Amino acid sequence: MASRKASQPKRDSGDKYSILLPTYNERENLPLIVWLLVKYFGESGYNYEIIVIDDGSPDGTLEVAEQLQKIYGEDKILLRPRATKLGLGTAYIHGIKHATGNFVIIMDADLSHHPKFIPEFIKKQKEGDYDLVSGTRYQGNGGVYGWDLRRKLISRGANFLSQVLLRPGASDLTGSFRLYKKAVLESLVERCVSKGYVFQMEMIVRARQLNYTIGEVPISFVDRVYGESKLGGNEIVSFVKGLITLFATT
Amino acid sequence: MTKLLEWLLGVSLVLAAWAVVSFDLLELRLPQSYREAAWPMPLYLLVSFGCYSLGTVGYRVATFNDCDEASAELLGQIEEAKQDLRKKGLKI
Repeated sequence: MASRKASQPKRDSGDKYSILLPTYNERENLPLIVWLLVKYFGESGYNYEIIVIDDGSPDGTLEVAEQLQKIYGEDKILLRPRATKLGLGTAYIHGIKHATGNFVIIMDADLSHHPKFIPEFIKKQKEGDYDLVSGTRYQGNGGVYGWDLRRKLISRGANFLSQVLLRPGASDLTGSFRLYKKAVLESLVERCVSKGYVFQMEMIVRARQLNYTIGEVPISFVDRVYGESKLGGNEIVSFVKGLITLFATT
Repeated sequence: MTKLLEWLLGVSLVLAAWAVVSFDLLELRLPQSYREAAWPMPLYLLVSFGCYSLGTVGYRVATFNDCDEASAELLGQIEEAKQDLRKKGLKI
């Protein structure tokens, strides 16, 4: 019998990737995103752990997470829940405290971000030893599924305004699919004060201020919740307020 | 320096240069044609920037990639994941 080559590349670099998954009512999506993460990390051969930060979801997300822990192991699925719905920034801080990797990946748990891009993020990071790698929907073959004209217009318009005012050196400021060196994420999160979309923008702007290097990878964003949660006037107003604050203070 | 201050500085410099040329503030005695050309510049620049903005955003909206294959791939993988997880003992 011919000897079988190992199907996975051996990665002895000692790098470990901690994926932070803040969840709120993601009972249905959590198993799917975990399955995809396990699939793509398994194929890539990189060492990883998934940290689920559930904010007291009433739909039983945590219970599903516990089942996943039994299936995939407590070394791969870490549960660090919180009692109530708190902000994303604090979720990152909370998650980083328990992360044993030297890299941290942040992404949405609702399947809008696809784990297949993570090996590309890792490759990009290694190419230039970037401090952070940001997924962009606006460049290359990046894009979105499920948005109508109105949504696209708002997205491009807001991004254009941000580019003109902040000149940040990154094409997608409000995206939340990113890979950070752990120390970099720590230093950025403690400096950021904004909420919502503006929080992700502030992270990039502060990264620039601190002279961190930023790489970009085109990603596809599959919006399956758009029909339920349209971008309303309130969100737009708070975005503009946050943008002006960043403009005036950074 | 904050971005706001950078902008204010840049705008002040441009306006200062414009005022010097348009109103001959430094008594440079430039030819009349220079002054006539400089006078409407701020308005021209604003309008040009407005057109550039509209054009750029319009172009970007028109060329915004629609990731149909990504959605199809995801739906297929969701089915695969559900079957595999059921086999592994996940109860939803």
